[in-house]
Amino acid sequence: MAARTLTIDGRLVSARAGESILEAARDAGIHIPTLCYLDGLSEVGACRLCLVEVAGSNRLLPACLTPVSEGMEVQTATERLREHRRAIVELLFAERNHVCAVCVASGNCELQNLAIQVGMTHVRYDYLNPVCAVDISHPQFGIDHNRCVLCARCVRACDEVEGVHTWDVAGRGIHARVITDLGVPWGQAETCTSCGKCLLACPTGAIFRRGTSVAELERDPKRIAQIVAARQERW
Amino acid sequence: MDLAELHAIAERERARRKAVRVLCCTSSGCQASRSLELFHQLEAAVTATGQDEAVEVASVGCMGFCGQGPMVRVEPANLLFERVRPEQAPEIIAALAGQPCSVERGDPNHPFFTRQMHVVRRNGGIIDPERIEEYIAAGGYEALYRVLHDFSPAEVIQEITRSGLRGRGGAGYPTGLKWATVAKSPGERKFVVCNGDEGDPGAFMDRSILESDPHLVLEGMAIAAYAVGAHEGYIFVRGEYPLAIQRLNRAINQARKLGLLGSQIFETAFDFKVEIRVGAGAFVCGEETALIASIEGRRGQPRPRPPYPAEKGLWGFPTLINNVETFANIVPIIENGADWYAAIGTEKSKGTKVFALTGKVRNTGLIEVPMGMTLREIVEDLGGGSPDGTPVKAVQTGGPSGGCIPARLFDTPVDYESLAAAGSIMGSGGMVVMDDHTSMVEIARFYMAFCMDESCGKCVPCRVGTVQMHRLLSKIAAGQATPVDLEQLEQLCRLVRETSLCGLGQSAPNPVLSTLRYFREEYEALLREDAAASANGKP
Ligand SMILES: Cc1cc2nc3c(=O)[nH]c(=O)nc-3n(C[C@H](O)[C@H](O)[C@H](O)COP(=O)(O)O)c2cc1C
Ligand code: SF4
Ligand code: SF4
Ligand code: SF4
Ligand code: FES
Repeated sequence: MAARTLTIDGRLVSARAGESILEAARDAGIHIPTLCYLDGLSEVGACRLCLVEVAGSNRLLPACLTPVSEGMEVQTATERLREHRRAIVELLFAERNHVCAVCVASGNCELQNLAIQVGMTHVRYDYLNPVCAVDISHPQFGIDHNRCVLCARCVRACDEVEGVHTWDVAGRGIHARVITDLGVPWGQAETCTSCGKCLLACPTGAIFRRGTSVAELERDPKRIAQIVAARQERW
Repeated sequence: MDLAELHAIAERERARRKAVRVLCCTSSGCQASRSLELFHQLEAAVTATGQDEAVEVASVGCMGFCGQGPMVRVEPANLLFERVRPEQAPEIIAALAGQPCSVERGDPNHPFFTRQMHVVRRNGGIIDPERIEEYIAAGGYEALYRVLHDFSPAEVIQEITRSGLRGRGGAGYPTGLKWATVAKSPGERKFVVCNGDEGDPGAFMDRSILESDPHLVLEGMAIAAYAVGAHEGYIFVRGEYPLAIQRLNRAINQARKLGLLGSQIFETAFDFKVEIRVGAGAFVCGEETALIASIEGRRGQPRPRPPYPAEKGLWGFPTLINNVETFANIVPIIENGADWYAAIGTEKSKGTKVFALTGKVRNTGLIEVPMGMTLREIVEDLGGGSPDGTPVKAVQTGGPSGGCIPARLFDTPVDYESLAAAGSIMGSGGMVVMDDHTSMVEIARFYMAFCMDESCGKCVPCRVGTVQMHRLLSKIAAGQATPVDLEQLEQLCRLVRETSLCGLGQSAPNPVLSTLRYFREEYEALLREDAAASANGKP
């Protein structure tokens, strides 16, 4: 495929045509924070953490969804972007109930890591303290809505990789929740194959393996991309 | 169906008409004040007085003066009756024979009527929207005939481009350019979609057009389909508009029976079928990518653009999406020519715009005025100023995506650029007049509550940022905020505007920003200085 040359943060970078800014940046070792993006799944551009500045556009563009073009000039870490990213992470922490000290994912959580990356030392916004359910009706897994960031990675992993679509999102705005089947407890979701791909995909402590205790949850989200790649080789 | 047959229908319809026509509005607004009952009483009164030969009672669409409904108009005498109760029907019919009548009379020469210019509302309140014959008698479907026989698709697009028409759904994107893009986009199938979601609070322009003149929209869609090479269309209407849906359904069936929709329209090779899709009434479903998802049967959530629907829309095929009022402009443009249309309005905003004028004005209702009319003319001349003499303070335009324009800027002409320069937008056409008793902080809080409730929840800044903004506005309104809170509110405005995924979030801060720009002192007056001092000491 044809190559494209662009600059990212002033560095000359070459990329394949059709590649996203995010992929090009990562290939060049430039880190752009993401949360809803997961290698192997479709991009949805929902978390807005990967927004970058592109010369000639006065809008901020999601790196995960914006294809590179010849001569493009990208800035990934301007003061404005850094401020926005920190605010977005803060908004997420204030939205639901994140108590890392007692969370299964602590130490292995993308949200926690993001907070460290963006330098979030405290939250300026009101904690909304919503009342969120924990569903442990499934024999192997559980979902704790207190920790969910609505990235929809579980939804896409289930739909696109497992091909089942047990997960979806219901409700609007702050009341949106991930659901299984048509809103039944997970254990009653007849479509669920118990494959665990949602667990692999989940960036936080929202979906966990039952019996896991504080800071014990380990999973490797790269497995999703490996599964997808392995299939492509085979088919 | 050919032109001769179309003309024959028009002739028969004109011959059927009686000397006196009593027109009774049966649109939703007037129906809510018992106009259906009134309509039947009027019919009964005509029969009871033995005037069936000379007088007909017709159920017609909206006449615009909705605040004074139910409305009844008598032609050709040009009598106007307002706030008519069903019991008053006999009196109105008796008045036709010169009897005295105590029913409240409207003034057809009131500036509310005379200052308007009806292009898309030309049949509103005049024809029965449920009878295609009346639409045909008013010249309907001739534009479609002419286009199919005398115009190439490129020529249609050229005509629309030259007219200067811009989308009436809010952003004002040039319609001709959009059509040209869809026409150029390669695709085995193409679609035309009419956006009748109309989620803005206080807006009912599109509902009124659909209820009063559904064929005008259908004919506009058919012309668009011919121009861009589409054969299938959808009209997306919110479920809260049952009358619009019913009348559209009827109109589609009538047009299909006459061969004006369906296959080989006017005996040409052009096929176009239209279906209605009923939305569940979520504001965000008016956003074009969410609307597409909704028609496809998926959750109504926006996705990032590009790709734009013009290239990848319904099921991945090139799709033309226009607003109801945009489509309603097409037939008049084809009939009268692009030059005629381009002569109406201002340099960059051509034609007319329909507004729903509400709030603290004497005359509320629907108005259609040429672009470029000033806010002052609309509020004072058509609207008649505030009802109780309290000074008017501002006008809110553009709904939750818009802003408030203060009275000192009322000489601003109503066009896309001028409204944007004043910190608001044209939007779909809601216009809410506010007087000195209105708190601008409360107004900002109201619109933020709307955006917060209507956010689809997909992206973080809109989903959570609007909630935090709403909390801050509530805190300010309650007199419990400090200057730090106001600063934080402004920061959030910037964040949500710059980082949200779709237009809902991107424009949600606008009511706050515009009220801060013009009425900052109202915010500041509510801040607690003492709290400011103590807040600094708090953890
Ligand atoms: C949150 C949101 C809501 C919208 N609601 C409507 C609507 O109710 N009706 C409409 O015509 N356009 C609405 N729009 C604009 C549409 O996305 C689209 O731009 C428009 O239908 C295009 O038609 P036009 O070019 O004829 O204006 C909305 C946009 C946003 C971001
Ligand atoms: S999900 Fe992550 S951020 Fe949230 S409480 Fe658990 S470890 Fe902390
Ligand atoms: S459960 Fe996990 S993967 Fe699913 S939306 Fe919530 S945070 Fe994302
Ligand atoms: S801006 Fe709001 S409505 Fe639009 S996608 Fe984001 S959450 Fe949904
Ligand atoms: S990673 Fe691009 S928007 Fe979430």
